[in-house]
Amino acid sequence: MENYIIEMLHITKEFPGIIANDDITLRLKKGEIHALLGENGAGKSTLMSVLFGLHQPEKGEIRKNGEVIKINSPKDANDLGIGMVHQHFKLVEIFTVLENIILGVEPSKMGFLQKKEAREKVISLSEKYGLQVDPDALIEKISVGMQQRVEILKMLYRDNEILIFDEPTAVLTPQEIDELMEIMRGFAKEGKSILFITHKLNEIMSVADRCSVLRKGKYIGTVEIKDTNKEELSHMMVGRNVNFNVDKIELEPGKVVLNVKDVTVASQRGKKNSVKNVSFQVRAGEIVCLAGIEGNGQTELVSVITGLEKVNKGEILLGDENITKESIRNRSKSGMSHIPEDRHKHGLVLDYSLEENMVLQRYWQPEFENHGFIKRKEMREYCEKLSAQYDVRSGQGPLTAARNMSGGNQQKAILAREIDKEHKLLIAVQPTRGLDVGAIEFIHKQLVATRDAGKAVLLVSLELDEVMGVSDRILVMYEGEIVGEFNSKEVTAQELGLYMSGAKRNNAKENVYA
Amino acid sequence: MHNKLSSPELKKKIKNLSGSKGMSAFTAALLAIVLGLIFGFIIMIVASPENSLSGFGMVLLGGFSRLGDVFYFATPILMTGLAVGFAFKMGLFNIGAAGQYTMGMFCALYVGFMWDLPVGVHWVACIVAGMLGGMIWGFVPGILKATMNVNEVITSIMFNYIGMYLVDMWIQDNATMYVSAKTRTNYLPQSAQIPSLGVANSNVNVSIIIAIVIAIILYIVLNKTTFGYELKATGYNKNASTYAGMNQKRNIILTMVIAGGMAGLGGAFAILAPSTIAGSSMTYEPISVIAANGFTGIAVALLGASNPVGIIFSAVFISYIQRGGTLATMFGYKPEIIDIVIAVIIYFSAFAILMQSTLAKSLRKFTRGKVKESNANANNANAGPAVVDKKKEEV
Repeated sequence: MENYIIEMLHITKEFPGIIANDDITLRLKKGEIHALLGENGAGKSTLMSVLFGLHQPEKGEIRKNGEVIKINSPKDANDLGIGMVHQHFKLVEIFTVLENIILGVEPSKMGFLQKKEAREKVISLSEKYGLQVDPDALIEKISVGMQQRVEILKMLYRDNEILIFDEPTAVLTPQEIDELMEIMRGFAKEGKSILFITHKLNEIMSVADRCSVLRKGKYIGTVEIKDTNKEELSHMMVGRNVNFNVDKIELEPGKVVLNVKDVTVASQRGKKNSVKNVSFQVRAGEIVCLAGIEGNGQTELVSVITGLEKVNKGEILLGDENITKESIRNRSKSGMSHIPEDRHKHGLVLDYSLEENMVLQRYWQPEFENHGFIKRKEMREYCEKLSAQYDVRSGQGPLTAARNMSGGNQQKAILAREIDKEHKLLIAVQPTRGLDVGAIEFIHKQLVATRDAGKAVLLVSLELDEVMGVSDRILVMYEGEIVGEFNSKEVTAQELGLYMSGAKRNNAKENVYA
Repeated sequence: MHNKLSSPELKKKIKNLSGSKGMSAFTAALLAIVLGLIFGFIIMIVASPENSLSGFGMVLLGGFSRLGDVFYFATPILMTGLAVGFAFKMGLFNIGAAGQYTMGMFCALYVGFMWDLPVGVHWVACIVAGMLGGMIWGFVPGILKATMNVNEVITSIMFNYIGMYLVDMWIQDNATMYVSAKTRTNYLPQSAQIPSLGVANSNVNVSIIIAIVIAIILYIVLNKTTFGYELKATGYNKNASTYAGMNQKRNIILTMVIAGGMAGLGGAFAILAPSTIAGSSMTYEPISVIAANGFTGIAVALLGASNPVGIIFSAVFISYIQRGGTLATMFGYKPEIIDIVIAVIIYFSAFAILMQSTLAKSLRKFTRGKVKESNANANNANAGPAVVDKKKEEV
C-alpha cells in the first residue's frame, strides 16, 4: 500500500444539465508534485472545488492518510492543511502584503492585533523558501508575480501541507515561471504535497512527478512523468493527436492597413501615461503581435485603437482613413474586427442566446433588419451557418444562452462573428486565454487563415508560445512603450522575456517597421 | 386512486417547466404571491383573530364582486408598472414614475379644462397631452444620465418632488382648474372624460384596453425590434453593447422618454376616468403628496418580472387584492390594518420574486437525479471543442 496523503475516490459531481465530475479518482502521494491536466470544462476546477470544500460531491469520498474526511467549507479544508492559490488571486488590494497573509487568522491578544509575531513568521517563511516580499507594500502596488508569492505565503503561514496551484503560470514571465518551478520543487523536498492544475505540457514535463488527466468530466488515467512525453499527454487530454506547430506559408506583407502614430493614453488612475508615444504599423497579410506582461499598456492601446477609450495624443489610421475620433460603429463599418480581451465583459451578452450574440456586430445591417424589426429567421440561419463553419458547439443550438456555453465555444462564436464580418483588420486580444489545446489549435489556424486571406492581424498575447508561433513580427511593450521589435523567427523566448521584464530595451524609434 | 403521472414523470415535467425562463419566472411569481398571502393572513390574525378567516376570505375573493373596479384601478398601475419595467430592461431604475405620473395628469387636466375641442377628440387630446407631460419628466433624468452620467435614481426621485410641487402650485394658481373652497380641482367637462365601458357602478373605461394594447406593443418592441435588441443588450451587459457600437446615449434618453410617457399616460388615464355620478368627474387634491400609484408601479414591475405581458397580470392582481382589502373593512378591520396587509402582500410578493433564481434552483434540485440521462446527453452536446474529428478520436 502506497502512502497517499489525499485520496479522492469515485467523486461524482453534477450541475444542472452537466456532469462535471463523473466517477473521478485522484490519489496524491506525500511529497510529490502531481499535475492535473485537462481541457477547459474537463472538470479540473470542479474537482479542486470539491477538495477545497466549495462543492459537495453527490457520490464518492475523500480520504486523508486513509481516513474518510468531510470537507464542508474552505475553512474545513484549511483545518485539514489544504491550501489553494486561485487562478484569480483573492487579495485585498488596499491592504499590505502582511495584512493579506494574516487575513482570517490574525494573531490577537484581547482583541488587539499582534502584527509583530506575524511579521516574524512571514519573514522567516519567505527567507526559508526564497519568496522575497516586502511585508509592508500595498498589494495594488506590487507586480502580479509578487502577488502570487503573497498567495503562496498565505498557504505557508497557515501551515498547509497540501498545496493546490490553479493555473499559476498564466500571469508570469518565463523567468518568473522558472522561479516558481524551483519553489515548487523546494516544497516537494520539504515533504509538502502539491496539486498543480494546468494545461501547459512543458511545465508538467519539467516539474511534475505524476500526472492525472481528465477529459469531459471523466478520469482518463494517471501516468508517471518519467515514462511519458508531451504527445502522449496531449493525446490523453484531447483524445486525438494535436499539432503543436502552427503551419504558416511565407507571405510578403502588402499595404499598410493599421497605422498608429505617436499615440499617448493617459492612465485611468495616477498621473503616469499608460501608453507613451507608441507608433507602429500593421500590413495586409501579416500578423503583428504585441507581447508583454499584463498591465504594460497593451489593453489601453487596444482600447483606443478599437474606440472603447479616447486617445489623448496621436493619430490612428485604418487604411487611408483617419479614425482617431470615429465612433466604434464607424470603425466597425470601416473594416475593423475585434476579438476583445474579456469575452464575458465585452465580447458577449451572456444572457442573450447564441444567435443573438452572433449578430451583435451586424444586427443593424439590412441582412438582419427590416424597418426596425429583427429578421429572426435570417438570424437563425446565419447562426447555424457560422456554427457549422467554425465548429461552435452548444446544447440547444442557436437558442442556447451564451452563458451556458463552454469558454472555448464562446470564444469560437466570437471569432466566427468577427472573422465572418467584412473586415480588413482583425484585432485579437488574448484570443486563447483560458482555452484548451484543441481550441487553441483551432483559433491559431483561423488567425493564420485570416492573414493568408490578405487581412492584417494585430494579436495581443501574454503567452510566449503563441507570440512565437503565430506572429510574423513581435513588438514588446514595457511600461507603455514599445521597447523592442523582432522577427518571430529570429528571437528566442528567453530574449523576449528580458525585454518583457524591462531588463533590456532597444531604441524603439529606430526599430519601427519602415 | 393512482396519480396520473408517476413520480419520476412528474418530476421530469416540473424540471422541463422550471427549465424554461418564462416558466421559472411564472412559478416564482406564484410562489411569491402565496408567501405574501400567508404573511398577510398572519398580520390579520394578530390584529383581530376572531375576524381573520372571514376578513382574509374577503381579501382573497372580494375582488370578484367588483370586477369592473379591479380593472379600473389596475389601469394606472399597469402604466406605471410599464414605466418602471421598461426602463429596468435597460438597467435603468426609473423610480420617478410618480413624478412622471403627476406631470402627465396635470397636462391631461390642463388640456381638459383650457382647450375647447370637439367631443370624441377632446379626451384623445388630453391623453396625448398626458403622455407628452410624462415624456418631458422622463427626458430630463434621461439626458442627465446620458450626457453627464448622473444617477437616474437620484434625479428621478428629485423630479418626483419637483413635479408634485410644481403641479400643486400651477393648479392652485389656475382659477378655471381649481376650486379653492373644496381644495380640489373642478369637474372636468364630459368631452374630456374617457368613454366608459358601461359596467354598472364602476368607472372602468376604454383606457384599460388602451393600456393592454400598449403593453403588448412594448412587448413587441422589446422582443422583435432592433431597438429592443439594443435596449436589452445594454441592460444585460453595458460593456458589450458599447463594444458592439450601440448608441447608448440615444438609447438611454429614448428609454427614459418612453418610460416617462407610460407613467404620464397612467396619470392621464386615472384623472380622465368617467364618473359614475352624472355631471361630476375625477378630481385632484393638491395637498403635497407624492402619487402612490408611481411607487406601486415598482411592485407591479417586479412582480411582472419587467415583462410587459407579465405586468398586465401583476397589475390586475394587485388591483384585485386592493379591492378585496377595501371590502375586508366590513369585518371590523381598520382601513390602516388593511393597508398594511395589502402592502405586505404586494411588497412581499414583489420582493420574493427577486429570489426567483433561488426558487428555480431548488425546484431543479428536487428533480435532479431523476433525469440523469437527459443530462448526460446535454453534457455531451456541451462538451466543447475537444472532438473536432470523430475518426481521429478513434485512432
